[in-house]
Amino acid sequence: MYCLGIESTAHTFGASVVTEQGQILSDVRDAYVSAPGTGIHPREAAEHHSVVAEGVVSSALGNAGVKASQLDGVAIALGPGLGPCLRVGATVARSIASFFHTPLIPVNHAIGHIEIGTLTTGANDPLVVLVSGGHTAIAAFSGGKWRIFGETEDITLGNLYDMFAREINLPSPAGPEIEKLAAKSENFISLPYVVKGNDVSYSGLLTASLARLKAGSSLEDVCYSMQEVSCSMLAEAVERSLAYTRKKEILLTGGVAANRTLQKKLSDVAGLHDATPHVVNQAYTGDCGPQIAWTGMLALRSGVTIAIAESRVKPRWRLEDVDIVWRRQAS
Amino acid sequence: MAVRKTRLPKPYRVQQLDATIRRGRTVHETNLMHEARKLGVPVPAIQHIDPEISSFVMDYVDGPTLKEELYVVSPETRRKQCDLLGRTVALIHEGGIVHGDLTISNVLCGDGKLFLIDFGLGDFSNELEDRGVDLLLLSRAMKSTHTKFHEEIFAAFLHGYSATVGKRLGVETVTKMREIEKRGRYFDRA
Repeated sequence: MYCLGIESTAHTFGASVVTEQGQILSDVRDAYVSAPGTGIHPREAAEHHSVVAEGVVSSALGNAGVKASQLDGVAIALGPGLGPCLRVGATVARSIASFFHTPLIPVNHAIGHIEIGTLTTGANDPLVVLVSGGHTAIAAFSGGKWRIFGETEDITLGNLYDMFAREINLPSPAGPEIEKLAAKSENFISLPYVVKGNDVSYSGLLTASLARLKAGSSLEDVCYSMQEVSCSMLAEAVERSLAYTRKKEILLTGGVAANRTLQKKLSDVAGLHDATPHVVNQAYTGDCGPQIAWTGMLALRSGVTIAIAESRVKPRWRLEDVDIVWRRQAS
Repeated sequence: MAVRKTRLPKPYRVQQLDATIRRGRTVHETNLMHEARKLGVPVPAIQHIDPEISSFVMDYVDGPTLKEELYVVSPETRRKQCDLLGRTVALIHEGGIVHGDLTISNVLCGDGKLFLIDFGLGDFSNELEDRGVDLLLLSRAMKSTHTKFHEEIFAAFLHGYSATVGKRLGVETVTKMREIEKRGRYFDRA
């Protein structure tokens, strides 16, 4: 069986073909890059996607050696994400599904990050830490759904880094750049550390970090301290959730999962609780087609499809609202 | 019987940050527990505090957590217990204290009462916002653990809470809770 997956929730337009066994036959992406000092402009990103869509999808099929007529399903990320961007991917997916009479499969982008994480790490029943531009959430599987145990109460970890970067004229996504600057300092400046139960709040940290910079602290010191505080806050929230759920695995996934400081801190948390830390394969941290194709394959095998007439995009689709019919409760 | 609570250093925090947090929370938590007890809320009595090693000793409460108890008791008892929890939380809120980490694991059932523990993330506050966070954390803990009857037990909690703080303030706090929830990611704001 072959499933084509199309991702277009934010800056990346991606397409991928996977097999029933979880082999990723192709992974083609083209990302919209915003000017330094600016964020994603939804309309411009959507225009980018519509220009590259045909080439990306053709290459994904070509690299996999699979013809569109051979596909058993077309999976599309219907949300959450930016409306104009989502609509480009959805239009492409609907066209292919309609022309070749192939089932269309609705995929939640966040669930995609989780499933590509379990596929590439072999994690069985993990506490999931999903960190990206759109998410900072701690989730565990229970009663047929991924339940949120903790999350940000305002901006995400990815937002924190991107919004900070924008102020100092770095391009987004800015995580890697901030990580490089942080590595040049070990001078810790006190910044607000806000944990509320299993939740975190980063907006005060953003304001304070920018204020310290204006007050004359060096960029390296501020990046180091902001990264330390933000990752430690999340590590504490994860530790609380781990103690509460008693899970024995942690799965770090999403774009910010590439951050080594965060990886190290979560590995420390796992060590304190005899849990195994997993990090999604580096190649699939960022938004990509395989996360949608593989989740689509899992859904298709369980009979989840959607009629084209009902395949509206859902910019605010919560991951905890998705029925995960393909996953069994670990006993 | 007594029990000692010690905040151990966390390897995932730089030493300077870690020391500040551990010492600060120890002092803060014992303060809040002391004040909550003065309000007549069941809270283990503090016996001894050692801020320099981020540690304190308190009375031992002999009983399960509310989380554990809710798995085994009858529907009637679990409604009664959650109603009582509502009344207990209302008392600290009315006394100007918010818990900051309100979950059913941080409530101990002993001696026919519900003891509140783990005030480390709490605060002295009369803000509706902070009270709303308490309710949201509790609601989420119920939802994620007792998926089959979380609505029923949270409703029982609200019943007890509103019976104590008054209907108007009860409604205002729940409205604030929903507002905070919707600030989270990807909630339909309609």
